[in-house]
Amino acid sequence: MSAHPDERDAPWLDPKAQPYVRIENVTKKFGEFVAVNDVSLNIYRGEIFCLLGGSGSGKTTLLRMLAGFEQPTSGRIFIDGVPMEGVPPYERPVNMMFQSYALFPHMTVEQNVAFGLKQEGLPRAEIEERVAEMLSIVKLNGLEKRKPHQLSGGQRQRVALARSLVKRPKLLLLDEPLGALDKKLREHTQFELVNIQERLGVTFIVVTHDQEEAMTLATRIGLMDQGRIVQVGTPYEIYEFPNSRFVAEFIGNVNMFEGRLVEDEPDHVTIDSHDLGGTLYVGHGVSAAPDALVWAAIRPEKMVLSREEPPGQHNKASGIITEIAYMGDISIYIVELDSGKRVRVTQPNTHRHADDRFSWDERVWVSWSDSAAVVVTE
Amino acid sequence: MNQRRSIFLLSALVFGFAFLYVPILSMIVFSFNESKLVTVWGGFSVKWYRALLSNERMLEAAWLSIRIAAVTATIAVVLGTMAAFALSRFGRFRLRALFAGMVTAPLVMPEVITGLSLLLLFVAFAPLPLFPDARGFSTITIAHTTLTMAYVTVVVQSRLSMLDESLEEAALDLGARPAKVFLVITLPLIAPALISGWLLAFTLSLDDLVIASFTAGPTTNTLPMMIFSTVRRGLTPEINALATIMVGIVTVFVVTAGVLMARQERKRELEMRAAWQAAAAAGPRQ
Repeated sequence: MSAHPDERDAPWLDPKAQPYVRIENVTKKFGEFVAVNDVSLNIYRGEIFCLLGGSGSGKTTLLRMLAGFEQPTSGRIFIDGVPMEGVPPYERPVNMMFQSYALFPHMTVEQNVAFGLKQEGLPRAEIEERVAEMLSIVKLNGLEKRKPHQLSGGQRQRVALARSLVKRPKLLLLDEPLGALDKKLREHTQFELVNIQERLGVTFIVVTHDQEEAMTLATRIGLMDQGRIVQVGTPYEIYEFPNSRFVAEFIGNVNMFEGRLVEDEPDHVTIDSHDLGGTLYVGHGVSAAPDALVWAAIRPEKMVLSREEPPGQHNKASGIITEIAYMGDISIYIVELDSGKRVRVTQPNTHRHADDRFSWDERVWVSWSDSAAVVVTE
Repeated sequence: MNQRRSIFLLSALVFGFAFLYVPILSMIVFSFNESKLVTVWGGFSVKWYRALLSNERMLEAAWLSIRIAAVTATIAVVLGTMAAFALSRFGRFRLRALFAGMVTAPLVMPEVITGLSLLLLFVAFAPLPLFPDARGFSTITIAHTTLTMAYVTVVVQSRLSMLDESLEEAALDLGARPAKVFLVITLPLIAPALISGWLLAFTLSLDDLVIASFTAGPTTNTLPMMIFSTVRRGLTPEINALATIMVGIVTVFVVTAGVLMARQERKRELEMRAAWQAAAAAGPRQ
């Protein structure tokens, strides 16, 4: 949807842009446990920023600090330039959509959505109007008088969304917004969420453990591990230019070849890899000492299978196909190289006939181009 | 399931229920006894009920007990809810285990000890301001509150621990201040626990004999104290009538509450199933 940075505005590239949310060296400790470790982030107006990470990575704690449910042990948070120190949740210009949805079970859909507006003391007529408007945005007309237990999972999710958006917050925090939905509904809801976000011009910060969800929703992803932000970038940057083995392996599938730098030029490097049983030629420079231990990461779809040996002396290896998974649009091949390393290769199924497909135990060559691999040093 | 086992189960059932209910049934039957002798049937009559209704002292004692029970239950629910809140919402504060243990200690403390220590307290502190000068309604109520608050705390705490804390957070997030959150979100959601806590406290206070005997003044008589002292002078069918009325009230109460709750639960389940089926039928667009 928003894969390339040039498809949208990219305020994070503009040095004059003011971040809407500024997180400065925030650390949160629970006793001895460091949940969030010295995180700094700038998030801009209109973004869908995804905090992505496994369980215990600190992403939810960071979100709860933005909402005001937790106080940072050290560091500061600014929202729209205002320091949030000591500001309670009910005074922040922020709303949150909870993972469990947290719908009030003793109130109807209408009462749930109206709750936030009632706290502002708005006149009854205006409350009714805004609730009705929001319910039609999330397509829940006709269900106003239902209680949460009379709704399906998808309907509950939309009530939660309506309730958190009806106060017209500038910033919406979403904790695993699609986590409780089944796969089909999830895909559909993803697109709906982006549409509503664009229509209302709200900044979204989304916490998720699902990399696919982050890739489709996000303008930028902040990948977290053990309380730290390990990389921030657009989905495209995170996928194609991971800055570490952790990032490369967390997002999507990757084949990782360990090796040593043997030739280190500004425009290319070669790596001698025992994993590969040969040398890799990478068409970009690397900032690492000669002879340093590095890893070359190659995505499965950037590898090519062939029966004949490809020309050239780098970026190829022969092996035997040990597994094939036919997925319809693509096929996944697991190839055991002569070095013993198993690599994953995906090939699009461009023809309908199966005559010339590779088969089990076939000897093949795996190769890739000079620009396919990313070299990471940690 | 073989024949032998089912006979065994059936007899266990019969004996179990007989053990529980035969005494009560015989009491009910003999409350309608014409004869003054408690163990000899002399024909059907409701004269002991009439006698009971004209027994001023008995009625006075019953009224006192009900008043004490109602006030006790109300105070116990307020204090018990506060204690339960502190225990389940303040996280791990220092001395939490000690506090939790101390709140629930009256549950296992022998009543004689509780009664005796409270009596000593009331006697020693009577001259101080704010303490009741004479023993009676207020001292019994205080004593009963001490006892029943522990029960309320346990009931409310278990309900609070089941409550999804993000409900309260969501209300805060939507702009409600903590006091308002408590009133419009937490309180309605734990209301069933408050009601059952209140009823529990009411019942415990109503039937307490030991603590009431210690803390009552020389002229105060609660219903259990009255019954006990009457019975010591000899069992009369009048007491049977009184007990039957009490059993009747409790039965009606429990059965009504049970039926209402079961009906509500069934309705809720049906509605939930309907919602999910409708969603499934409509497909992912729904």
